[in-house]
Amino acid sequence: MNDSARGLQPKHQRLALVVVAVVAIVAAAIIATWALRSQASYFYVPSDIVKHHPAPGRSVRLGGMVEKGSVVTRPDGVTIEFVVGDGTARVPVRYSGIVPDLFVEGSGVVADGRMQANGTFIADKLLAKHDENYVPRELEEMTAAQKKMVVEETTSR
Amino acid sequence: MIAELGLAALWLAAALAALQLVSGFLAARHGGEAAEAELAVLVRPAAIVQGVVCVFAFAMLVCLFARTDLSVKLVAMNSHSMKPMIFKLAGAWGNHEGSMLLWVTVMSAAGALIAIVERRLPERTMQATLAAQGFVALGFYAFLLFSSNPFERLPMPAIEGNGLNPLLQDIGLAFHPPTLYLGYVGLSVAFSFAVGALLTRQVTPEFARAMRPWVLGAWIFLTIGITAGSYWAYYELGWGGWWFWDPVENASLMPWLAATALLHSASVLASRDALRAWSIMLGVVAFSMSMVGTFLVRSGILTSVHAFAVDPERGSFILALLAIYIGGALAVFGLRASTIAEGERFALVSREGALVINNVLLSAILGVVLLGTLYPLLTEALGVRVSVGPPYFDPASAIFALPMLVVMAAGPLLRWRRDRLQRVRRPLIVAGAVALAALLVALALDGPGILPLLGLSLGAGLAVASVLPLRGRNLRRLPLATWGMVVAHLGIAVSLIGMASDTAFSEERLSALRVGETAQVGPWRVTLQSVSPVAGPNWNALEGVMLASYAGGEPARLAPQARSFWAPPQETTESALQTRWNGQLYAVLGKAADGQRWQVRLWWKPFVTLIWLGGLMIALGGVLALLGNVARDLKRRTVQRKAAARRAELAR
Repeated sequence: MNDSARGLQPKHQRLALVVVAVVAIVAAAIIATWALRSQASYFYVPSDIVKHHPAPGRSVRLGGMVEKGSVVTRPDGVTIEFVVGDGTARVPVRYSGIVPDLFVEGSGVVADGRMQANGTFIADKLLAKHDENYVPRELEEMTAAQKKMVVEETTSR
Repeated sequence: MIAELGLAALWLAAALAALQLVSGFLAARHGGEAAEAELAVLVRPAAIVQGVVCVFAFAMLVCLFARTDLSVKLVAMNSHSMKPMIFKLAGAWGNHEGSMLLWVTVMSAAGALIAIVERRLPERTMQATLAAQGFVALGFYAFLLFSSNPFERLPMPAIEGNGLNPLLQDIGLAFHPPTLYLGYVGLSVAFSFAVGALLTRQVTPEFARAMRPWVLGAWIFLTIGITAGSYWAYYELGWGGWWFWDPVENASLMPWLAATALLHSASVLASRDALRAWSIMLGVVAFSMSMVGTFLVRSGILTSVHAFAVDPERGSFILALLAIYIGGALAVFGLRASTIAEGERFALVSREGALVINNVLLSAILGVVLLGTLYPLLTEALGVRVSVGPPYFDPASAIFALPMLVVMAAGPLLRWRRDRLQRVRRPLIVAGAVALAALLVALALDGPGILPLLGLSLGAGLAVASVLPLRGRNLRRLPLATWGMVVAHLGIAVSLIGMASDTAFSEERLSALRVGETAQVGPWRVTLQSVSPVAGPNWNALEGVMLASYAGGEPARLAPQARSFWAPPQETTESALQTRWNGQLYAVLGKAADGQRWQVRLWWKPFVTLIWLGGLMIALGGVLALLGNVARDLKRRTVQRKAAARRAELAR
């Protein structure tokens, strides 16, 4: 066997492995940071939406309170429209689908979807509280009074 | 009385873990010389008795749940006298305290098993390993006894229990956590082995062979757990999706990624004596990931649809344990890594080289998932609340996953130590041609996105490449471990094709139907026959009966339900599935749209079942490899024994 001529020296080989690993980890970190940066504004409350205008079509998550009396079912029977508010701003939302069991007017909701150019939020998925102890943590960003309201609305009676 | 027995057993087990830690450590440290070495005789018995006592404590908890003893706080909080027996039993681990007790029970039982069966390791490494195992268990006993006592009594017995979260009242989910825990805890054994070998500087192929079955076992359970969890989320949550990048899902994916890397590097160490330090490092990382997972799930620190038990105090306790174990292990690693003698050399183009690249890519995916999962925590500390979802995870993980598939295809075709790419050129061209053909077919089938396209194409190529190592070999004499590799790699390809096909070709139809009306989705025609109330043991439901016929064939009956549970009062959606060889019809019954119509959501998901079939194949591959390893070890041991017998005879 003519190892030393063709193979790498052990030290060099180890070095090469370390370099490869470091390059990969750094690449992962860069990619992750870059992707996270564009993600940093993934979650919005209505006042953020009004302030920052996420680009239409970009995937975002909207969280807030379903305004009382705002839920309307369209004639097709499966599309609902409602307004999500946070006390200062309001965003109209349209959702086609079966609403989660715990989706209630006046209660907290988190919606995945995208903004349309006309200012309506099209939701692909609604997340409501999943059990009596579950408060969407993202909603804690709201003011203390709103937060209190969410907690009251979404914790067990 | 039962609760007090359980609690006493828990204290006793903790004391035994402490004994195991001290005696194991002193024995390993002083070898055979000093007086302390006499303690060595205690190590194995301590581990065995600790296992037995802890299993007894867990049995007491199950017994309390079976009897619905409402004077025990945990039972009153999580059970109900009207629950079906199977869910009463499952209730024992369907909560924070019970699941932590299950965790430590599995861990101590594993420790007992090592103490009984493991004879390959040098005795000192064995003692150090059991000491490490006792150390880890001790932390969890402290956690249970000081902050999560499952046997706590109520001052006054409750009149009735709170019930169990209805989402958890599902036979699949009842057995899902124990499966995952077997995986997590198996990794704790790998961790103890790694620490033990570091302490005694005995990182050898023997050590890797001893550790490998534990890693394999843990990995098999993790694979099954993830597969089952994904299927559960798919049919129980009614969203029709199978992966959400939920922190709780990531909590099981991250240790799986680390364990997969460890499995491959331990194989290199076992058969080629290379990658010593790296394998040790992965052993530490894999268990760290299961601790991080426990921390994320148990502390309630992240938003998750399935996180329960939100309690900052517990979060800090687990975080402290995490810091002690991981910090300690890394410190030992830092001190000892340079003293692990170097292993064998290999060229970059070789089986080892491919496995190293695979390891690096797996670690990169792990890093990306870990960052994405922890990022909301980091920004929260800075006062900004964000949530990270699929738009981040999908592309960030795919960037590393797709090249890994290529390495996976090529690696098994390469020879150990050194090879030339020319030798594997022809099989790779075959696999590449299949991938290209699949790409063209998928393109012709109109409009899937770029990731599903690549997934379909690489999946097809990988499927072909994974069976190529069988070419020209005597299939009957092929080692089981090789079969395991082929089946597991094929499983990855099958899963991938299922994921890509579902993402690319799913069709969805949402409609409001009157009774008697029909909706069309893909090749299916679905007629709503009736909607009527039905009653279960602890719930009421509205059940929609539907007749579904595929391309005009015989109709099949589907009955999705909208259930209301009484205790706790909560509603869940029970989807109905109709499975064919080429996909699944998925039906959900919604609310009454307006007096006469019912919301019905239908999906036609071509080849979606391949996702979980692939998962099971991956696990089966692990089982084959495990059997192969065990068989080979037994054979080796018999040969050694015979050789020893012959030597003895000759000496006489």
